[in-house]
Amino acid sequence: MQKITREQLIEKASALLADGTVKQVLGWAKGEFDYDITPAVFESAEELNANFVWSDFCGANFSKYLVSKTRKCDGKILVFLKPCDTYSFNQLLTEHRFDREKVYAVGIPCEGMADIAKIKEICADGIASIDCEGDALKVHTLYDDEPVCVPAADVLAERCVNCKSKKHVAYDELLGEEGEVLDSARFDEVAKLEAMTPDERFAFWQGELSRCIRCNACRNVCPACTCEKCVFDNPNSGVENKSPANSFEEKMFHIIRAFHVAGRCTDCGECSRVCPQHIPLHLLNRKFIKDIDNFYGEYQAGAEEGSRAPLVDYTTEDIEPGEVFDRRDTDA
Amino acid sequence: MQVNEYKPLIVAFCCNWCSYAGADLAGNNRLNYPAEVKIIRVPCSCRVNPMFVLRAFQRGADGVIICGCHPGDCHYTSGNYFTRRRMALLFSMLDYLGIEKERTRVEWVSAAEGAKFAATMNDFVEKVTALGENKRLEDLRCKK
Ligand code: SF4
Ligand code: SF4
Ligand code: FES
Repeated sequence: MQKITREQLIEKASALLADGTVKQVLGWAKGEFDYDITPAVFESAEELNANFVWSDFCGANFSKYLVSKTRKCDGKILVFLKPCDTYSFNQLLTEHRFDREKVYAVGIPCEGMADIAKIKEICADGIASIDCEGDALKVHTLYDDEPVCVPAADVLAERCVNCKSKKHVAYDELLGEEGEVLDSARFDEVAKLEAMTPDERFAFWQGELSRCIRCNACRNVCPACTCEKCVFDNPNSGVENKSPANSFEEKMFHIIRAFHVAGRCTDCGECSRVCPQHIPLHLLNRKFIKDIDNFYGEYQAGAEEGSRAPLVDYTTEDIEPGEVFDRRDTDA
Repeated sequence: MQVNEYKPLIVAFCCNWCSYAGADLAGNNRLNYPAEVKIIRVPCSCRVNPMFVLRAFQRGADGVIICGCHPGDCHYTSGNYFTRRRMALLFSMLDYLGIEKERTRVEWVSAAEGAKFAATMNDFVEKVTALGENKRLEDLRCKK
């Protein structure tokens, strides 16, 4: 259950719309179901009251939307940012992807978002509606009269279980209390994979990646993927917008996708959230983050606006590509 | 009976200013290195995009080696420092996906090191031969 309420957010947004500070509000609106909340643009208090949603399913990170929305809007845009969203926000600013002057950022606290896949594991299908009450989610299904009560902590999204920070690193105004950077266990899974034999790792990834349907959702949602022209849209790339024809294409897509955001990925977790095939993309991203921390010193993309990404930087003493395996083997 | 001896296909990306000349020198000095090494000349080792490495494997390479100027000697001052970071991360990722780490390598070979060039290639080919065919990053459609 979120500590800040829907009413508080609507009040803030309505006030800023009313006094002319902002022209538009980026917020969440209900989708087909209670759990597929979708990003939306609001322009009036009426619209906000009618459609604005704030619940445990508001995982969507709006930072990336600012790239296209600020260009279309002639005034300022209000954007609500959860702590992890602010890292993406900074990263986009670092890359000069939108005009800071056109944004009014309101930081909001987050208690962690729910993962609908985990809920479905408990309640099966036929979910009619979900109420977020206290520390539990009340799930009404088509088949039962009584709602199923699920503790919110049990269905927390993976990225929230391993939340890296409750601290906002960018905002114009903050609602609620500020949190802190956390000591998360987000690299544990990566370390587990590293400890496997190459054969086991290969089998693991083959199993995961072969499910990819190349919907491109992971790329489209990613706030680090904002190139106007993407290699995956190139008709000559051989992997243009089609489901992978064989295991090579699967791997190629995933290696290149992760590589292109290496050093810029803020580990916001959006890619894994949107993947309809539940492919653990964060395990690829975090491998790069872990290696970067390990080889070149700790670096959190987006933590500081204007910081230099590790792949466009170097020192004369860097580790040699051939040594990375020794380093890993001695660490393990 | 004649045994069909396995010969790996090796793609070597060689920087124009150093290793490519190093390969020339190896040739001039009549130093042997396997003919399975196919050299692709690049203006600088940092011209090699991770996609090139994957493409090489897709088109049938069993091993990919990138040769550039020694750190500090890059013709463009810093290109090879970027190569070093990029390839360290890429190779580590390939290994993470379970692809044999002996199939990829970066080596610094100057224009004067013809002997090092030949020795490097001999050693690399030997390692890759021991691994056998590249199965984990192959694209069956590209197989003849
Ligand atoms: S979101 Fe999932 S299924 Fe879609 S392209 Fe990405 S990894 Fe593949
Ligand atoms: S790769 Fe995934 S976790 Fe990283 S910034 Fe993009 S969406 Fe977020
Ligand atoms: S010019 Fe040889 S590595 Fe850059």
